[in-house]
Amino acid sequence: MSELTLRQWLLTDAPTSRRHARLASLYQGWLTLRGNTMAMFGLGILIALVLMALMAPLLAPYDPFVQDLSNRLQPLGTEGHLLGTDSLGRDILSRLIYGSRITLYIVALVALIAPVAGLLVGTVAGYAGGWVDVVLMRITDIFLAFPRLVLALAFVAALGAGIENAVLAISLTAWPPYARIARAETLTIRSSDYISAIRLQGAGPLRIITKHIWPLCISSLIVRVTLDMAGIILAAAGLGFLGLGAQPPSPEWGAMISEGRRFILDHWWVATMPGLAIFTVSLAFNLLGDGLRDVLDPKDDNR
Amino acid sequence: MTATDTTKERRRRAPLAPWIRGTVLTLGSIAVTMLGLLFVTFIIGRVMPIDPVLAIVGERASQSTYDAVYEQLGLDQPLIVQFLYYIGDVLRGDFGTSLLNARPVSEDIARVFPATLELATLGVIFGVVLGVPLGVIAAVRRGSWIDQVARVVALVGYSMPIFWLGLMGLLVFYGILGWVGGPGRLDIFFQDIVPTRTGMILVDSAIAGEWAVFRNAFSHIVLPASLLGYFSLAYISRMTRSFMLEQLSAEYITTARVKGMSERQVIWGHAFKNIRVQLITVIALSYANLLEGSVLTEIIFSWPGIGSYITTALLAADMNAVLGGTVVVGLIFICLNIFSDLLYRVFDPRSK
Repeated sequence: MSELTLRQWLLTDAPTSRRHARLASLYQGWLTLRGNTMAMFGLGILIALVLMALMAPLLAPYDPFVQDLSNRLQPLGTEGHLLGTDSLGRDILSRLIYGSRITLYIVALVALIAPVAGLLVGTVAGYAGGWVDVVLMRITDIFLAFPRLVLALAFVAALGAGIENAVLAISLTAWPPYARIARAETLTIRSSDYISAIRLQGAGPLRIITKHIWPLCISSLIVRVTLDMAGIILAAAGLGFLGLGAQPPSPEWGAMISEGRRFILDHWWVATMPGLAIFTVSLAFNLLGDGLRDVLDPKDDNR
Repeated sequence: MTATDTTKERRRRAPLAPWIRGTVLTLGSIAVTMLGLLFVTFIIGRVMPIDPVLAIVGERASQSTYDAVYEQLGLDQPLIVQFLYYIGDVLRGDFGTSLLNARPVSEDIARVFPATLELATLGVIFGVVLGVPLGVIAAVRRGSWIDQVARVVALVGYSMPIFWLGLMGLLVFYGILGWVGGPGRLDIFFQDIVPTRTGMILVDSAIAGEWAVFRNAFSHIVLPASLLGYFSLAYISRMTRSFMLEQLSAEYITTARVKGMSERQVIWGHAFKNIRVQLITVIALSYANLLEGSVLTEIIFSWPGIGSYITTALLAADMNAVLGGTVVVGLIFICLNIFSDLLYRVFDPRSK
């Protein structure tokens, strides 16, 4: 019974409080998203990935760092090594499972840094207008016009190789689109009546931006972040592959491909498995991103 | 009389003035963007943990030698002056000397760049030839199986690590099937036969009439180029589809159909005609992306282009070469961006 009433409460068209309204709209969005099979498939993969990362020590059959030189380069399906072993006899499955932690770590950090930086720049530019807007948007355009991977390479070269620096380099090249989006949203919101109303009530710019403009920018930023995730994962894996991201013996997927590359013709699985993992996760983010866009940003249905 | 003259003159001048204004603004923004790029590479060069003086004089140099080189490099000047010198150097095409081989970086880049250009050009041709028709058909038969195929092709393209796909391609088509040439631009027996004219082996061998070399070069380039092409295909086909859908839902298309025009004429004569400008901008953009995307592909295929050059220099901590390469790729990238922007402005009357 409570199930039914909860559903009814969530589907009401006359919300009784602000929280109620917010939950109701979230629930409706969830219902739309649930109808999108591919998006749910993507979400499922990502939930599995998070669980895998959380429970890595329980799931992994071996320690990802322990070498066993007598069992080097065992093929798929070897007794005890489902996905085989790499050139140092380390279990590939265990390394993949632990590697999911690194992938999530990178994704989470970039997803925190880049959109927040973009949101700050974009809303300030859009709300302040005038020369502040011109200067900030000029800087954004300059960064937008750069080749991202090459610039990330140059940044890592200056900062030194490592996961944190890779994250920083990717974030430095990833924020401009968010700033553009946030500015566009701010411009439409700024001239609306309710902003004038709260301004007349004495709200300062800081309050208007943080309490009234930011919440409305979030949904378009979320869509963009989800769609960008795949690109971020690919960039991080690319840096790892070049030896500029996570350093060995870290089981980062891109670095694992790089290690397996030397044996590609004779022992194909060493490089193939981590690549499949990267592909699966970025595909999942793309599927979920497409679904979220349909829910949160239904205007362009042509894509 | 004079009054009508001035109105005539004003009428004549009126459409010109905004155009000039637009050009000046565009040129200004190009200059600012390029300055920004140089500023960023300049800063990267300054914050790097490698001491440029030590890299030249070595660790055992005396303090006076160190100071002399320090001054020679202009490091005693204020940062803004150093930056101005840097701009001057770049404008003269001087990116400093490579620490690896003591040759001017600009010479090295000029030597490796044609290889990248050849690869990216072939890639973009591949992407356009397959991507545009695929996008058009997907839009016309929206929801059909071919639309689904186009969707999957694009989705996989967006989600695939390019360097991994390259490895898999090498494994299957070179290692197992033996259909294509392996890494590198030519087999060893074919090297140094054709004189270097453009630096693009396909073009050079065609000019020299060395068709055996041409065939060999083609067997080497076909795999990396089609891989790069696949990624631009993903982007181009998606954008084409979206542009076409927009046109096909417009009223003039309905009118054309009502008038009894053939479907072929409606699609290619009307709708496609109207997306050409947008398409060219998309192709220019994906060309720029390919030049950059070739970095990882070049490593996989041991392709001696600018991507390999930058990464090799990076691993050897040769900052002059890294920054020189970054500036060159960045400038080309910006130019292509601006070119596509300009095309759009010139050919699309709505954007005026």
